[in-house]
Amino acid sequence: MSVAVRLPTVLRAHAGGQAVVEINGSTIGEVLTTLVEQHPGLSGQVIGEDGTLNKFVNIYVNDDDVRYLQQLDTPVKDGDEISILPAVAGGSV
Amino acid sequence: MARYRSVLDLIGNTPMVDASALSPNPDVSIWVKLEGRNPAGSVKDRVALSLVESAEADGTLVPGKPDQILIEPSSGNTGIALAMVCRLKGYHLKVVLPTNVSIERRQLLEVFGAEIIESPGSEGSNGAVRMARQLAAENPEWVFLYQYANPANPRAHYEHTGPEIWADCPEVTHFVAGLGTSGTLLGVGRFLKEKNPDIQVWAIEPPTGEMVDGLRNLDDGYIPPIFADLGGAEILDRKTVVRPRESIEWTRKMTDLGLFVGISSGAVMAGAIRCASQIPEGEKATIVTISSDDGWKYLSTGAWTDDLDTVVERATQVIYF
Repeated sequence: MSVAVRLPTVLRAHAGGQAVVEINGSTIGEVLTTLVEQHPGLSGQVIGEDGTLNKFVNIYVNDDDVRYLQQLDTPVKDGDEISILPAVAGGSV
Repeated sequence: MARYRSVLDLIGNTPMVDASALSPNPDVSIWVKLEGRNPAGSVKDRVALSLVESAEADGTLVPGKPDQILIEPSSGNTGIALAMVCRLKGYHLKVVLPTNVSIERRQLLEVFGAEIIESPGSEGSNGAVRMARQLAAENPEWVFLYQYANPANPRAHYEHTGPEIWADCPEVTHFVAGLGTSGTLLGVGRFLKEKNPDIQVWAIEPPTGEMVDGLRNLDDGYIPPIFADLGGAEILDRKTVVRPRESIEWTRKMTDLGLFVGISSGAVMAGAIRCASQIPEGEKATIVTISSDDGWKYLSTGAWTDDLDTVVERATQVIYF
């Protein structure tokens, strides 16, 4: 199962400057683990040492935040687009 | 006609209108609560009044005392609403405003006499928050109401917006609103879930994290303190991104119903449409959404009149949510 993972600007330097990487996996957890294996510089950035998502990171599957789906167990299918985005102050301030 | 002593008495009690004609699912109705009907033009009138009155209640602000200065980060609507409330009450307001907001937002702040302090547009709302916090720390005599961390923000929605929705539309099954400070979602969401725990709360956000270039690392990220303090993760059932193209397309479609609303309202409607299309046919549902403001402040963006691709490109450079 191949999915496209879009990286935020702040993480691209740890992935050879790539904005999008293709990763295999059937859940978000598998995809992120493989991502870190392929780009060890990302270690500790997205998933903390305790195995949970970094508090300041939001992961989206086709624009849905996985924290409100099944978190790291959220299934992914061929062609899905995964986005990793930093949490920032919202707009209508 | 009803008569009112003060413009502040016009805040709240906004109307709701049926937008089910846009629903992709015949079993799902969609209602839009029009917050643009507030006197300074947005849902933030409720928040501004609540912030100022709670500061007066605890003695942080003293009505009638001269030379009281407030500072607040805002990409527009909170600043405009606070500027109106401060003008009526005689406080001086300084607004930290990112440079990339629409010209009308800036002009409205000037109309009500607020002083504008510019923060870098490339840092978005994060940059405005950071600068306001720094200035407030350097000037401890200034009053920093800090809507992101002030419980008076969600309280305005818990005490007013939520009960208004429940009174007007008790059959509500889903509440869909934009995520900024998280005040609307937390206040309304908590109130509605207390009335009916089965009500689903959906948060709609723009792809803000893609637009902000100023982050050095992920720990520069920002989560509104009220979101953590009030258990935001338990109140929300779904959080989904709506991109500028879809936001503007739905902002335009809403004019078919005579609804001339701001671009974030189009984003929220796009989210409501997504929500409606995921509800199984045959299952009756009623979605209530919030339109935070009307379209007037966005005319200069060409959102309704210019070529769609051009407007979408422009929207990625401007804070419209």
